[in-house]
Amino acid sequence: MSSTAKKKGFGATIWDYLTTVDHKKIAILYLIAGTLFFVIGGIEAMLIRIQLAKPNNDFVSAGLFNEIITMHGTTMIFLAAMPLLFAFMNAVVPLQIGARDVAFPFLNSLGFWLFFWGGIFLNLSWLLGGAPDAGWTSYASLSLASPGHGIDFYAIGLQISGAGTLISGINFIVTIINMRAPGMTFMRMPLFTWTTFVSSSLILFAFPPLTVGLFFMIFDRMFGSNFFDHTMGGNTIIWEHLFWIFGHPEVYILVLPAFGLYSEIIPTFARKRLFGYSSMVFATILIGFLGFMVWAHHMFTVGLGATANAIFAVATMAIAVPTGMKVFNWLCTMWGGSIKVTTPMLYALGFIPSFVAGGVTGVMQASAPLDYQLHDSYFIVAHFHYVIVGGIVLALFAGAHFYWPIMFNRMLNETLGKITFVVFFIGFHMTFFVQHFLGLMGMPRRVFTYLPNQGLDTYNLISTIGAFLMAIGVVLLVVNVIITTIQNKPCGRDPWGDGRTLEWAIPQPVPYYNFKQTPLVRGLDTYWIEKMEGNKEGMSYAEPISDIHMPNNSIIPFVMVFGLFVAGFGALYNPDADKPWALAVLIIGLAITFGSMIVRSLKDDLGYHISKEELMNEKGGNE
Amino acid sequence: MSHDVHVEARNEAEYQHSRRKAGQAMRNQVTVFAVMIFLTFIAFAAVQAGFSAYLVVPLVLLFAGVQVGLQLYYFMHLSEKGTGIMQFFIYSGALVAFTMVLGFVTIVWI
Ligand code: HEM
Ligand SMILES: [Cu+2]
Repeated sequence: MSSTAKKKGFGATIWDYLTTVDHKKIAILYLIAGTLFFVIGGIEAMLIRIQLAKPNNDFVSAGLFNEIITMHGTTMIFLAAMPLLFAFMNAVVPLQIGARDVAFPFLNSLGFWLFFWGGIFLNLSWLLGGAPDAGWTSYASLSLASPGHGIDFYAIGLQISGAGTLISGINFIVTIINMRAPGMTFMRMPLFTWTTFVSSSLILFAFPPLTVGLFFMIFDRMFGSNFFDHTMGGNTIIWEHLFWIFGHPEVYILVLPAFGLYSEIIPTFARKRLFGYSSMVFATILIGFLGFMVWAHHMFTVGLGATANAIFAVATMAIAVPTGMKVFNWLCTMWGGSIKVTTPMLYALGFIPSFVAGGVTGVMQASAPLDYQLHDSYFIVAHFHYVIVGGIVLALFAGAHFYWPIMFNRMLNETLGKITFVVFFIGFHMTFFVQHFLGLMGMPRRVFTYLPNQGLDTYNLISTIGAFLMAIGVVLLVVNVIITTIQNKPCGRDPWGDGRTLEWAIPQPVPYYNFKQTPLVRGLDTYWIEKMEGNKEGMSYAEPISDIHMPNNSIIPFVMVFGLFVAGFGALYNPDADKPWALAVLIIGLAITFGSMIVRSLKDDLGYHISKEELMNEKGGNE
Repeated sequence: MSHDVHVEARNEAEYQHSRRKAGQAMRNQVTVFAVMIFLTFIAFAAVQAGFSAYLVVPLVLLFAGVQVGLQLYYFMHLSEKGTGIMQFFIYSGALVAFTMVLGFVTIVWI
C-alpha cells in the first residue's frame, strides 16, 4: 500500500475521502464541513445584526427573524463549534498519545457522516418550506405550536447528528483509555488529551437525555403522542429539563477542549512547562461533574420554587472555583516564561480576559434573584457570547494556526494572522460588550425589532459595526488559508521550534500509519524531554520495527447514514395527508441503513498489514 | 502493536494455581446464581401473596438493586483488578442519573 504517496486524480481523491477511516483525513473532513456551517451560521448572524442595526427596521420579517436566530444558534453550537473541535481532536489526540489511529476507525467515519448528513438535513429546511423558529432551545410550548415542518427538521436533523457526536465521543473515550503508548500514564497525558477525554465523557452522559427529549418531540409532532402537551396530561416543562440536562454539560463539552488547546499553546510559547498540571487535571474533572448538577440555572424563572433555585444557584457558583484555578494556572505558566507572541499565543492572551468577563457575568446570572432581571434579556446574549466566542471561537482560531503544520505540513501566514486577530478581537468586544448594557436597559433577546428613542439605538448600531469587523476577521482567516495553500511551502517537523508533546516529534507529512515504531513515553512533555537530551529523532521507541496492522477503507458508513437521511424525510412527511409515499420512504431509508449494518456484520473485513520490509524502505516524511 | 506470535510456557505449579483459581471462581458463580434465583423467587412470591404495595414495591426494588450488584461483580467480573476505570464510569453515570431522577421527582412531579 505504498501507493498512497502517488498523486491521485480528482475523482479518486473524493472517493478516498468518502471511504476513509484515517483519523487525519476525517479531521480534515470535520474541518471543511465545520467551516462550511460556521460560514452559514455567520451569515445568519450578520442578517440578525443588520436587522437590529436601527430601530423599527424591516430588513427581515418577524417570522423570518425567528427562523434566522434559531438556525444561527443551532448551527453554531451543533454544526460549527462541535465539529471544529472534533477536527482538532481527530488530528491531534491519536498523535499526542502515540497511537496509530483511534480505537474504532470505522465508527470514526460513521460519526462524521452522521454529523454531516444531520447538518445538511437541518439546513435543507430553508429550501423545503421554512426553517425551525422556536429558538435553539426549542421549548415545547412554542415548538409544538409551530406550523409547517421547521421543528421537524430540527428534531430529526439533531437526532441524526447527535448520534454521530455520541459515537465519536465513545470512540475517543476508548481510544484514550486503551491506545496510549507505553509509558504514557494518565498523569503524563497532555492536557488537550485530558480535556478531550473529559469532554467525551460528558458527551456520553449528556447526549442521551437530548436523544430522549428529541424522540419525545418527534413523537409528539409526527406520530400523535402527548409527552409535552399539558391539555392531554403531558408536561411542557419536561422538555426544558431534558434540554438543559443536556444543554449545560454541552457548554462544557465545548469549552473544555478549548481550554485544552490553550493549555497546549501557552506552555509552548511561554517555553515553560504547564503550571499546576495535576490541579489542571483535577479542575477539568471537577468541572465535568459539577456541569451535571446545575442545569436548572437556565430555568430560575420557570417557578421551581425558592429551595430548588437556591440549590442550583450555589451549585452554579461553585463551578467558578475550578474554572478560576485554571485561569490562575495559565497566568502562572506565563509568569517568568520567555514568551514568544505568535498568532496562537496572541489568541490565548486575548482569551484570558475575555473569558473571565464571561465567567463573571455567569456568576451574576447564577444568583437567582438577579437572574429574574437578567433572564431573556440581551445581558444573557452578551454572557454566552463572551464565553463562546471569547472562549471557544478564539480557541478554534488559535488551534487552526497552531496545528495547521500538523494537519497540512504548512504554516499559516503569521503577519496576516496577527492582523486577523486584532480585527476580530476588536470586533468581538465591540459587538458584545455593549450588549450587557442593552440587556440592563431592558432590551429583550429574540425580539425582531425595537422602538426608537429608548436609549437602545446607539448601542445596537455599535454592536452591528462590531459584527462586521468580526466578519472581516473571518474573511481574512479564509484568505490566509488560501494564500498558504497556493504558496504550498512545506514547513517540516516542529516548525514552531518549541513543540513539547509527541505530535510535534513525528516527521512531516505524517505517514499514514503515524508511528513506524510505537514510541516510549518517558514523562510529561515527551518531545521536550527527548530534545533536551539531544535526541535528534525526537522519540525513543518501545518496540522494534514490525508489521503494522491497518484497517481498510469503507463506503459502508456513508451508505448507512444516507439511509437514515432518507428515512428522516419519510418520518418528517409522515403526518401529511397529501404525502402517502412518506411511509414508504421511511421504510426504504431504514432498509438501506439496516441492510448496510447487516453487510458490515456478515462480511469479514480484517484489514491489511504493512510488512516490515516495506516500512524499512519507506523514509517517512521528507526530512 | 506488533503481531509477532508470542508463546508463554507455564510450569506445573502455575498450571495448578490457575486451575484452583478458576475452580474457586466457578464455585462463586454457582453460589451467586443460586442466591439470585432465590431473590427472584421471593420477589415473585411477595407479589403473589398479595402483601401491601408499600411493602412489595420497596422490596422488589431492593432485590433488584442487590441483583444488579451481584451481576456486575460476580458475572461481569467487576471485582477483578484493572476495572477501576469501568467502575469510575459506572458510578459517575449512576450519580448523574441519580441527580436527574432526584431533580425530576422533587421539582417536576411533586
Ligand atoms: C463560570 C461559569 C459559568 C456560569 C456561572 C454560567 C452561568 C449561566 C447562567 C446562570 C445562565 C442562564 C441565564 C438565563 O438564561 O437567565 C447561563 C446561560 C448561558 N450560558 Fe453560561 N455560565 C458559565 C459558563 C458558560 C460557558 C463556559 C458557556 C459556553 C461555552 C456558557 C454558555 C451559556 C449559554 C449558551 C447560555 C444561554 C442559553 C440560552 O438560554 O439560550 N456559559 N450561564
Ligand atoms: Cu448553564
